[in-house]
Amino acid sequence: MQKPIAEIFTWPSESPQLIGTKCDDCGAVTFPAQSRCARCSSPKMTELLLPTRGTIIAWTTQGFPPKPGFQGDATGKNFQPFGVGLVQLGDVVRVESRLSESDPAKLDFGQEVELRVVPFFTDENGDEIMTFEFAPVGA
Amino acid sequence: MTEVAIIGVGLHPFGRHGDKTAFQMGAEAIEEALADAGAEWKDVQYAAGGAWTVAQPDAVTGLLGLTGIPFHNVFNACATGASAVEAAATAIEVGNADIALAVGMDKHPRGAFVEPPGLCNMPDWYADNGQYVTTKFFGMKINKYCHDYGISQRTLARAAAKGYRNGSLNPKAFRRNPMTEDEILESPMLNYPLTAYMFCAPDEGAAAVLMCRADKAHEYTDTPIFVKSTQLRTKQYGAYEVNTTYAPVDEDVAPTVHASRAAYEEAGIGPEDVDVRQLQDTDAGAEVMHLAENGFCNHGDQEQLYADGALDINGPLPTNTDGGLIANGEPIGASGLRQVYELVTQLKGRAGDRQVQGDPRVGYAQVYGAPGTAAVTILSR
Repeated sequence: MQKPIAEIFTWPSESPQLIGTKCDDCGAVTFPAQSRCARCSSPKMTELLLPTRGTIIAWTTQGFPPKPGFQGDATGKNFQPFGVGLVQLGDVVRVESRLSESDPAKLDFGQEVELRVVPFFTDENGDEIMTFEFAPVGA
Repeated sequence: MTEVAIIGVGLHPFGRHGDKTAFQMGAEAIEEALADAGAEWKDVQYAAGGAWTVAQPDAVTGLLGLTGIPFHNVFNACATGASAVEAAATAIEVGNADIALAVGMDKHPRGAFVEPPGLCNMPDWYADNGQYVTTKFFGMKINKYCHDYGISQRTLARAAAKGYRNGSLNPKAFRRNPMTEDEILESPMLNYPLTAYMFCAPDEGAAAVLMCRADKAHEYTDTPIFVKSTQLRTKQYGAYEVNTTYAPVDEDVAPTVHASRAAYEEAGIGPEDVDVRQLQDTDAGAEVMHLAENGFCNHGDQEQLYADGALDINGPLPTNTDGGLIANGEPIGASGLRQVYELVTQLKGRAGDRQVQGDPRVGYAQVYGAPGTAAVTILSR
């Protein structure tokens, strides 16, 4: 069966959103959720579902297999480079994420992207693990 | 507070050293620093030791003499060496010791650093996703920087080429072969826009710095090098740094900027007073950004400065004169102490083929690393 990589998005809801928290006192937002504010240290944090569309603030490509821990194909044999970006969701927060696009010629600053939850790897129990990534709008 | 002077430095060359242990390298670096000062191990009253691959650097005392001194083991990722310097200098400043030692040693396997994400308070999914990779953060940061300030990939290659060129003049460097900008640009793309030869490699080595009360320094050396400031900072809210799942929309400057400002203030000098500098160049882009973050130029000026050779040993802003991390690699615990070793070597005028001309008097060292920790050390003759 399919399972989320962690309880950090609302999938399998119809239009999945990332789950963050917002500080009741100063309004600062975190991703993922945490119990104390990183700006003002307040313990009053409320769950916040993050916008699903955003723009690329910073990006790079991962051209070599990350070390063990990485659950994609780390053997190098079938490793596919992937993109990584810092995506600004509205004026709420910036989230670091895998990007569906890994071709530098097709990635740009300010590019509009949207969240999607996709199959990522199959774990030792045979379950298909789902993760989040951002893809160019319309892709 | 008591003023602190460096009276001796030692460096075990960084590189690959077969079966030789980190402790053996650490002991040799300490012996060299002691010999440099004409001091003996039993004169040392306090020590701070940094390492990642060694759990207890203080075990080096077994190779030198079990004198029973207080010895603090420190780890602060790429800022470990600078933290050891600060600990040892503080021991003298507050009167706990007249003579104190900072040492760093490490022996890393080949390839990028790796550790379980939980050790840095990062969630497992971050590593599962392939995001727990420091080099990809460096790629993102310099890619944005290049976009924001008009820096070309050619400039990144120039920064790396300078590192290899300076390394070729340094008998103790790991990488001693100059490399052309085109060779660097054509090497495999690891994290756009950074290619393989734009990165330093984790390796092996050790360094040691011996300090004493400034009023006793002349008992050991004719040219004491004074520690004018040591400042360590972690990231503030708003900074987008290594190991983060998110960042606020409102940006703050990098921790290097805060450490740098505090260090200049403590030393009572400005960037225009610095004659020779060592900046963290885990990758070529880091050196480019750190030049501005430490006040040596405005953001974007680097494009022209590198084209003009301004950062070369004979230029107006000599930087990473020993080849930096690019040519020396990074044994994490020793790296910040290598910077201090090089500054002392330059300020004493004994850097040989790579000596900065014009009688340099002020040296500046900056380290930066995960998870957004920076330190600055300013020295003067």
